Amino acid sequence: MDSELSQVRHTMQEALQTLSSSSDGVQISEALRSVKHYLNGLQNIVPPREREECSKIHFSTFLQCLVNKLSPDWLELLPAGQLEELWDSFFLESPADQAFLVLMESIIVTAGPSFRLMKMSQVLTKFLKRGRLVELMWEICQQQVPRGSSLLQETLLSKVVCLPDHLGNQMKEHCPSLFFPQNYFPLLGEEMIQVLQKISDSLRGSDCSISFLSQILAKVCIHGRQKEILGVLVPRLTELTQADCIWQRLSWRLMECVPDRGMEAVVSGLLQEAPGAKVLSQLLGNLVMKNKKAQFVVTRKCLLMQYRYPTEMLQNLLGYLALDSHRRTLLLQVLKDLLETWGSRSAIKHSPVEQQLYISKSSSSILFFFCLAFISELLTTMMGGVQCHIESSLPQVRHLGMIVAETISSRIHSEGPKLKFQYEENTWTRELLSLVNVKPADPGPPASGDDEFVPYDMTRDKELKNTKAPVYIRDCLEALTSSEDVERWEVTLQVLESLIQRNPAATREVSTELAKVLLHLEEKTSMEGFEMLRRRALVAVTIIDPVQYLTSQFYAMNYSLRQRMDILDVLILAAQELSSPKSLEKAKIPGPVEAGIQLSPAPLSPSLSRVPSEDWRRIVEERIKNKTRRFAKVEPGSYMEKSANEPNKLNSVVGYFFFPLIQRFDRPLVTFDLLGEDSLVLGRLVHTVGILMYFAINTTAAVPMGKALLEFVWALRFHTDAYVRQGLLYAISSILLSVPAERLLEDMTEELLETRSWLAAVAENDPDEDCRKLAMQALLLMEKLKDKLQIGSS
Amino acid sequence: MALPPPPPQFVLRGTQSAVNSLHFSCRSQAQSPPLLFSGSLSGLVHVWNLHTRRVDATLDGHGGQSVYWVKTLGDQRLLLSQGRDLKLCLWDLAEGRRAPVDSLSLDSVGFCQGSVLRGGAQECWLLAVPGRGTEEVQVLDMPSKTSVCTLKPEAGAKAGMPMCLELWQPASSSHPLLLAGYEDGSVILWNVSERRMLSRLSCHKEPVMSLDFDSRKAKGVSGSSEKALCVWGLDEQQNLKVCRTQELTNPGIADVVIRPDGKILATAGWDHRIRLFGWKQLKPLAVLDYHSAAVHCVAFSDPGQPREQLLAGGSKDQRISVWSVYNQS
Repeated sequence: MDSELSQVRHTMQEALQTLSSSSDGVQISEALRSVKHYLNGLQNIVPPREREECSKIHFSTFLQCLVNKLSPDWLELLPAGQLEELWDSFFLESPADQAFLVLMESIIVTAGPSFRLMKMSQVLTKFLKRGRLVELMWEICQQQVPRGSSLLQETLLSKVVCLPDHLGNQMKEHCPSLFFPQNYFPLLGEEMIQVLQKISDSLRGSDCSISFLSQILAKVCIHGRQKEILGVLVPRLTELTQADCIWQRLSWRLMECVPDRGMEAVVSGLLQEAPGAKVLSQLLGNLVMKNKKAQFVVTRKCLLMQYRYPTEMLQNLLGYLALDSHRRTLLLQVLKDLLETWGSRSAIKHSPVEQQLYISKSSSSILFFFCLAFISELLTTMMGGVQCHIESSLPQVRHLGMIVAETISSRIHSEGPKLKFQYEENTWTRELLSLVNVKPADPGPPASGDDEFVPYDMTRDKELKNTKAPVYIRDCLEALTSSEDVERWEVTLQVLESLIQRNPAATREVSTELAKVLLHLEEKTSMEGFEMLRRRALVAVTIIDPVQYLTSQFYAMNYSLRQRMDILDVLILAAQELSSPKSLEKAKIPGPVEAGIQLSPAPLSPSLSRVPSEDWRRIVEERIKNKTRRFAKVEPGSYMEKSANEPNKLNSVVGYFFFPLIQRFDRPLVTFDLLGEDSLVLGRLVHTVGILMYFAINTTAAVPMGKALLEFVWALRFHTDAYVRQGLLYAISSILLSVPAERLLEDMTEELLETRSWLAAVAENDPDEDCRKLAMQALLLMEKLKDKLQIGSS
Repeated sequence: MALPPPPPQFVLRGTQSAVNSLHFSCRSQAQSPPLLFSGSLSGLVHVWNLHTRRVDATLDGHGGQSVYWVKTLGDQRLLLSQGRDLKLCLWDLAEGRRAPVDSLSLDSVGFCQGSVLRGGAQECWLLAVPGRGTEEVQVLDMPSKTSVCTLKPEAGAKAGMPMCLELWQPASSSHPLLLAGYEDGSVILWNVSERRMLSRLSCHKEPVMSLDFDSRKAKGVSGSSEKALCVWGLDEQQNLKVCRTQELTNPGIADVVIRPDGKILATAGWDHRIRLFGWKQLKPLAVLDYHSAAVHCVAFSDPGQPREQLLAGGSKDQRISVWSVYNQS
């Protein structure tokens, strides 16, 4: 035995010597052939023990030596590329792991583009194309004792996975396209499938381990190539595991053997690639029950800690959990966790809105996997959450609460009246609703014979009222306060605005009283557009007679939050009317016009009079809709130019609007605590003063207002409610727009600098995306201001 | 978002009293402009030129008593007008004449408009008017003014006065039929030549204010002072059956008219609005809101060029609104 081994050793040493010293082609080729004798190709002659000895101990040295000899001259020692062919064959036919390792290591150490590098990359290409990686992986899978060779395995693992990186680094732009990650990893995937195939074939006979494949998979995924490799693996495995339970076990085992640190990458990659919950279940099996790490990733990380996955993936994940009875217990826990987070007041306050949407989506999708009885148990938890959401001052969060509440109620009482909130449709609500109502697409349009005609808008087709509308303001007052006649009351409200506009003098006599009545007016009947009519009437009164009454009432006792917010809305609309009285221009009234009196032309005919009023309503609706955000989102520059030269009717009265509002915000009343829990109103207040500031452009009061507002903002800048912060940032922008630049820089330099550093911090760190955007905008405005001054001075 | 309903194409002012009845006459002979006839509360019949949109002629033949039906016979020259002076006047307007050529005394003091049906012969036509007795309808042969028959529901029927009449002739037979709406809310189908009631349908609880019938589809529609329109059909056994009812926003229908092409139904509402429906399914199409008082009558122009097809509404507010809607196809 020993003599045979020593013969091997001898042959190898001899060959090595010949290689290193000789330059005779024939001699070299003979030496090579003698070594080749021990290679796979001639295995029937050489006893296996010798071959093993050869490949294990001597072969890598020999290959190394071969690589070192590689040069154009050396290859031409024999004619017709014989030597080259021989050289190649050593790498393509010898044990795959050795050849691969030697090739990779030589490539890594070889500097720059050179003949040797090109040659080796060619050989490596051939190596890959012949599917030798399959051999490599298969060999490792067959090894029973991984302990001794774990270092080798480790090295091989990293070389296999990092091949594109190494090749890319070495070859730069000459890198063959096969080594690009987008080509290499799918190839690797294919080869893994082949190895799996071999494993499945041999399972009945010998024993083999799959863990090397798992390690490769994990490492590739950690390197961020999930899409490439799983894009190949998932469809193939899906197909193979469809009916074959051995393949299913193989796939499960493959996933189970993934080391912990790669588990997240693999699972999230699978979630993204798998087309449905069923496929996931086929591929993963009960992985989440067996592997703690996988369980953590699936049940907590993907759902509660991250919010990056699209909705379909989320549904796949939950569906996967629901498909098996063992996993359902887990799903139950997930539901509880989700709802706990969803309903947590602190989570609502501190997490970004996008994450809340994500959690809402998960919880409403998950509800569909449970029966009704169980849901009633959790009802209290959920209802608490709904309450927290509806309390929030951010409209998106409120909508989330409303929609989830609707879902829950419809799940519990599937028959009978449904809970229905009022919310505007937008992409968010639509997405969430589509999740909730998984209904088949509505059937095609009913076969109707009248389809050739498109109906006109018929929303104005209301019931006709026969009651005579009052003609005098005082009659209106009387009708609104004492009339029991509901129709008269409604008609009065409808005509009130135009009456006020036509009779400014009469209105002035009773303005305070009228404002008081309107402010306290409650909706007696379910009259359509009541809020709008009331608000418009109040705005009309406010425009005619200054605003002391309203502003004084804002901090008065015994008003509801709704009423206080109404006051703010009215102030905004009135200020807007005053600052840009477009209707006045249209009417072209000669002579001096008293501030803010809006005279509409006498109705010539019903049709003519309707057109302007219609227009008006549309504008007001639009204004109310966009009340708080609109100005912040438009390019600031365009505003400056557009409104720069208009006379501002607000000039004489803007102080009455502005200063009373910011006077007493820090003094809580019994029922009204702005700095406490009524942060919604505070947010509205901040927005309002910001808008007033914006309207005060070109007024003499702008400078003191700006100063006061800066201090006001400074006092509130660390407020926890995102809505309030948004208002503050908006107010800063409007200060920058409305106060003349010279005054800003001369009178408020320090405040500005402080504000600027605050803005920078918000733009970087605020959890709310809108806040960050607004802060960026304000910073931009500041920059522009600076540029303008520099241009002016130079 | 549906489009807002269009405004009127133009408005005719100057009747100086409520407009009770409208009738288009657009199938013009060479050179003569399309005309619109209107009968008003002041007893005048106005002839409007739709090109100039001015009054061409004013006809005064009812002694200041309200005119509640105007209708041309065949062409633009011959005009019938029915007034509260219990007279039915026949006008020949050719060559600028302005005086009635013939008149017929009526015995009924109600508001029931008459109905005419062209006979086989050129100059011969049937006229249905409310008759002497309260429940009677009289059918006359014109221009000879000889009574063809008197139709009266049987003694216990309690139909009340006739409110609206519609003479028509089914394509399959030569026997003229009469549809009459009565005070008790029922519609009765009469066979004129056999003087026999064919079918009776109680479709309203209030008096039938107006009805129109589409003989091609054997389907008609009636309106009353209620909040609903009623569509009924005629089956092969000549029985009237309710097809459907269409709820309205406000009660009170003064007039219903089906467009001559059988595609659109228009109603004149006491709620100041003209409503348009698709005639096949009664799909609501538009609410034309222009008038400031009850609309008394609506009329479609004769089928000429589709694009020139007009709709007119006459109202208590003394205006006639003319609309150009659903005539593009």
